[in-house]
Amino acid sequence: MKILNDIAHSFRLLIINCSLLIKRSVFLVFVQKEFYHIFRDKRTMLILLGMPVVQLILFGFAITNEVKNAKIVVFDSSNDDATRRIARQLDASQYFSVVRYVKSQQELKQVFQDGNISMAVVFDERFNENLLHTGKAQLQLLTDATDPNTATQLVQYASSIIGDYQQELMEQNKVPYQIQPEVKLLYNPQMKAAYNFVPGVLGMILMLICAMMTSIAIVREKELGTMEILLVSPMKPIYIILAKAIPYLTLSSINLVTVLLLSIFVLNVPVAGSLFWLFLVSLLFILVSLSIGLLVSTLVNSQMAAMLVSVLAMMMPVILLSGMIYPIENMPPVLQWASNIVPARWYISAVKGLMIKGVGIAAVGKEVTVLCVMVVLLITVSMKKFKIRLE
Amino acid sequence: MVKNNITSDFKSQLSTVNCQLENVIHVENLVKRFGDFTAVDHISFDVWQGEIFGFLGANGAGKTTAMRMLCGLSKPTEGHGRVAGFDIDREVEKVKSNIGYMSQKFSLYNDLKVWENIRLFAGIYGMRDREIAQKTDELLQRLNFASERNTLVKELPLGWKQKLAFSVSIFHHPKVVFLDEPTGGVDPVTRRQFWELIYEATAEGITVFVTTHYMDEAEYCNRVSIMVDGQIKALDTPKNLKHQFSADSMDDVFHQLARNAKRGDN
Repeated sequence: MKILNDIAHSFRLLIINCSLLIKRSVFLVFVQKEFYHIFRDKRTMLILLGMPVVQLILFGFAITNEVKNAKIVVFDSSNDDATRRIARQLDASQYFSVVRYVKSQQELKQVFQDGNISMAVVFDERFNENLLHTGKAQLQLLTDATDPNTATQLVQYASSIIGDYQQELMEQNKVPYQIQPEVKLLYNPQMKAAYNFVPGVLGMILMLICAMMTSIAIVREKELGTMEILLVSPMKPIYIILAKAIPYLTLSSINLVTVLLLSIFVLNVPVAGSLFWLFLVSLLFILVSLSIGLLVSTLVNSQMAAMLVSVLAMMMPVILLSGMIYPIENMPPVLQWASNIVPARWYISAVKGLMIKGVGIAAVGKEVTVLCVMVVLLITVSMKKFKIRLE
Repeated sequence: MVKNNITSDFKSQLSTVNCQLENVIHVENLVKRFGDFTAVDHISFDVWQGEIFGFLGANGAGKTTAMRMLCGLSKPTEGHGRVAGFDIDREVEKVKSNIGYMSQKFSLYNDLKVWENIRLFAGIYGMRDREIAQKTDELLQRLNFASERNTLVKELPLGWKQKLAFSVSIFHHPKVVFLDEPTGGVDPVTRRQFWELIYEATAEGITVFVTTHYMDEAEYCNRVSIMVDGQIKALDTPKNLKHQFSADSMDDVFHQLARNAKRGDN
């Protein structure tokens, strides 16, 4: 009950103060000062505005786990109609490109050791003959399994291409029983990784800018001694905090727009759902991040510490536990449980729903509720902490 | 030359004090405890309007804690005090509006221009834009700073910054200004110039409450209090203190008192 009262009290104060400060031009001067701090620090500005672009492009084109034109070699001891067709079909697909035909086991071993080949297709001798006469032919797929995920994917793609060829043969021969699975990939038919990481990058950027930059900005004033001057002045602490938050809120909104534009026009990831709700939920997440930043700033006393806490306690969980890179379902139960307290997990999940699947707001109700609860708790705790610190 | 100035000012200050005797700061049995540790132990004193009050003490003697209570940054555990006519416990907001503050750490924003710093702090203290603009021009003229109006503060030499920081702290004409080791790390020439500014401020009726490490500066104060282990062990004019402790300098007085301190590094 007491907690609820505290929460209600904090919010009443917040609302009263918000309405008061619109009347006070001092506050505007103060916000302007915060903008100057950011604008005049060209390097930080560049990082803040350039980071989303760089990250999206990196994730979009460089760091991707999609298989595209993997280099393969073919060791064809049979060299007949069937083997040539299979090799051609592999080469024609977007996943593989046949870079070389090898003539011996020795040579095969050599190309793998040279290291720029990810798979080899080895056809048995008399492949077509065996296939036609005995109904059975063997082919071997050799992959470089130092990267197990890629190796698995390559094998799957290759098997499905070979399967297609087999299907063609069967149709010619009229085999009576056939099960044909028809696969449909919902929401992301081309299986583009961008559909997964755009929400992830959004979560990461917003968290980084709001939490890390806000905490650094507040702690910097503590370090420089200007915070003391502000606290001695009649300026209310809540104005100081709000004035700090506004520029980062603005910057995050700019970044949100940048990321969305880039993902739509460069990565071809459309916004399938309502833009309005996407922005609103993002705003909610920005508030969560800002209050985390505020909380961090009350806990540490140097910019370096603020950065370390932000990176270790905020960024790592976002990257590792939010489901952005590693699926939450694959984690051990303890980590799955831990991922629940990572705000970005809920945000990313909501964005996947709203942006990629195009579901309505009701479908991500759980995520939104969790974020709302988080924002209320964090603001209450950090406001309390901030006051205690003044004592 | 400065010394002469100071002695004559000192006399005129004293005469003001004698005829008005209005106290800008009044403190009675002020105590601040952190758990078992009594940082400030029943201190009582008055600071008269227009005087320069030196607040001395070794590191850890409790002067920063005492000053924080006077500025409304920290609540007293016991006792009470009034600053600029307002209770430091119950009327914190009013206390804050009527004081100025400058800390040992440099207290302006390096990445703001000279005039932006002035406007920001004046605005925080509720001054109107027109008044700010007019007084900014006056101030910059007086300090011979007019050409630096649009300079970023970080490009100014330290001495100039310090003078500007002080001018900003009294820009809204507070009843009393608290200076926390304002001349730390500044060369002697600039320190003298700084003290001339302090005298100009008192001439305008602003009371100055200053902590310092430099004992020669203690001599510039009208009255000096010396804190040891959370208590005020001596409070008088520098002249009387020297007489009382049969010392040649304030440095000597200070060391006689601080020698027996249980905490701090002296």
